[in-house]
Amino acid sequence: MPQTTSIPTDAEIAAILAEHKHREGPLLPMLHALQAEFGYIPTAAIARIAHLLNMTKAEVHGVVSFYHDFRERPAGHHVVKICRAEACQAVGGDALAEETLAKLGLDWHATTPNGALTVEPVYCLGMCACGPAAMVDDKVVGRLDAARMARILTEAGA
Amino acid sequence: MKLYIPMDSAAKALGADDVAEAVRREAEARDLDVTIIRTGTRGMIWLEPLVEIDRGNGREAFGPVTPKDVTALLDGTLDGHGPVENIPFFARQTRLTFARCGVIDPLDLADYEKHGGLAGLRRAIDLSSAEIVAEVTDSGLRGRGGAGFPTGIKWKTVMEAEAPQKYIVCNADEGDSGTFADRMIMEGDPFTLIEGMVIAGLGVGATKGYVYLRSEYPDAIAVMNEAIRIARAKGALGEDILGSNRSFDMEVRVGAGAYVCGEETSLLNSLEGKRGVVRAKPPLPALEGFLGRPTVVNNVISLATIPVIFERGAQLYADFGMGRSRGTVTLQIAGNVARGGLFETAFGITLGEVVNDLGGGTRSGQPVKAVQVGGPLGAYIPVANFDAPLGYEELDAKGGLLGHAGLTVFDDSVDMLKMARFAMEFCAVESCGKCTPCRIGSVRGVETIDRIARGDADAIPLLTDLCETMTDGSLCALGGFTPFPVMSALNHFPDDFATQKEAAE
Repeated sequence: MPQTTSIPTDAEIAAILAEHKHREGPLLPMLHALQAEFGYIPTAAIARIAHLLNMTKAEVHGVVSFYHDFRERPAGHHVVKICRAEACQAVGGDALAEETLAKLGLDWHATTPNGALTVEPVYCLGMCACGPAAMVDDKVVGRLDAARMARILTEAGA
Repeated sequence: MKLYIPMDSAAKALGADDVAEAVRREAEARDLDVTIIRTGTRGMIWLEPLVEIDRGNGREAFGPVTPKDVTALLDGTLDGHGPVENIPFFARQTRLTFARCGVIDPLDLADYEKHGGLAGLRRAIDLSSAEIVAEVTDSGLRGRGGAGFPTGIKWKTVMEAEAPQKYIVCNADEGDSGTFADRMIMEGDPFTLIEGMVIAGLGVGATKGYVYLRSEYPDAIAVMNEAIRIARAKGALGEDILGSNRSFDMEVRVGAGAYVCGEETSLLNSLEGKRGVVRAKPPLPALEGFLGRPTVVNNVISLATIPVIFERGAQLYADFGMGRSRGTVTLQIAGNVARGGLFETAFGITLGEVVNDLGGGTRSGQPVKAVQVGGPLGAYIPVANFDAPLGYEELDAKGGLLGHAGLTVFDDSVDMLKMARFAMEFCAVESCGKCTPCRIGSVRGVETIDRIARGDADAIPLLTDLCETMTDGSLCALGGFTPFPVMSALNHFPDDFATQKEAAE
């Protein structure tokens, strides 16, 4: 079950959008700000952005869905991103990722049934000389092994 | 006593924050007068967390340090490496772009100035636009993002374009696996990037800059934002730069996890708030870039190298290197390697020297099988080609590409068919969707490699043909260069593509 969040109000959404409207190319900053506040991009925001930026709702949706970062529903309380890129693969990153998914009984992008943790792939965290790497929320961890990953999962409540 | 502890995210990923906290507590318990200075990394990642102590006689390095070592560290009984400058990996480098990285507090503008910072900008302020651009051209600097296009020529095009507004856009969407130089300099010496962008602005007549920084780098985002705020407060950015009556301002824009946005035209679309779809060229971004205005799009390392070129002169920079690859290259030694990290040196060092001498072979101790040079779109180079000198044209002649100079080492446990499949899979995940050969070809590529894996030899010519179509029929390097890792794996490591079939027979 995903994290329970109250439904964002129109006023809250409008206030966030207003902060960025003056910027050149305001859409990505708006989407990042919405996601930082609510954990996802509320459906109600799409029409409001479209109106504000003189775009169609389909265009806004097209942008939201293009980028891996933006979610249309909340994630778990914690997000663990495991690097799948070549430098981490060279030091066993793929095996670590497979083990982790198997242990959690999840596929990529899925959330544990208790809503504690979402697991996502990421392609490079710039930790290429100290892999395998993962990012737990905003914190990067290097030279991961099974034991360290197990601690991360426990701490996240998975 | 001063302690220098990195705040670089790789060092933090290996426990630098815990070490800093342990030092703080231990010093407090002993009532020691200790100043902790958080720096960038010196780039020797296998030694991180690398702590330097100055007891009044210069900095001595220790590492990797764990919180448990802190007692011995402060007692003076921990074994160390002596001064960083004496560590062979560091001693063999020529640090121009990264001269300050790991040395100074990244957010101390006065310290930055004390180490040569802002000298280049002060010199540039007294030059005309044409003189600034000529200096860059004379330095021989080429785009460090991978394409190697001469930076001076790009700047000249923008300088000569007439427009009410021009832009400097820094491409900090460092998505290539095996590369971390951009992240390292943004976290370790952000003012050098800011200074480079200001000089670029003065050179081409742009007053606004953007750093398009990937969301996977939260630490770099935080450091850059803070550095911009400080630079603005101290007059190095804004309305009247260093009292010159010239203006330039900039901001960080955060990417959203799309690899293809490292391609300059899709980056510009993303910056404008669109899907990060590649644009056809022409028009060149130099003439119709961000919001249709003339725009310099340069990689972080290109821009961060500008200050030292102006500080020490174009000729000094150009005197390093070989052939048409002038200056220094910031090699990033990554993957399964004993001594991984950043190594800045003049162009021309061979791949073998880097991997075996500097890198010390693999971390696992197994023999090296292949090195992927230039990120996910770069070729896998076998040990037989280790005599290849690292330069743009030189590597090209060996069927590789230098790219952003990331070198990912693999030991003999790697299955090259699997790596070829991954290259296609990655292209399928990250394709912007504009070109059919990239969007569909990559999916068919995965399927075709799976056929080969099942022992279907007929699929091999099909894969070759598909790769040719992707190379010829894609607008950008994602679809166009994915065949590099795929075909290099197939050509150099045919055994990995044949074993299944032989087993089946």
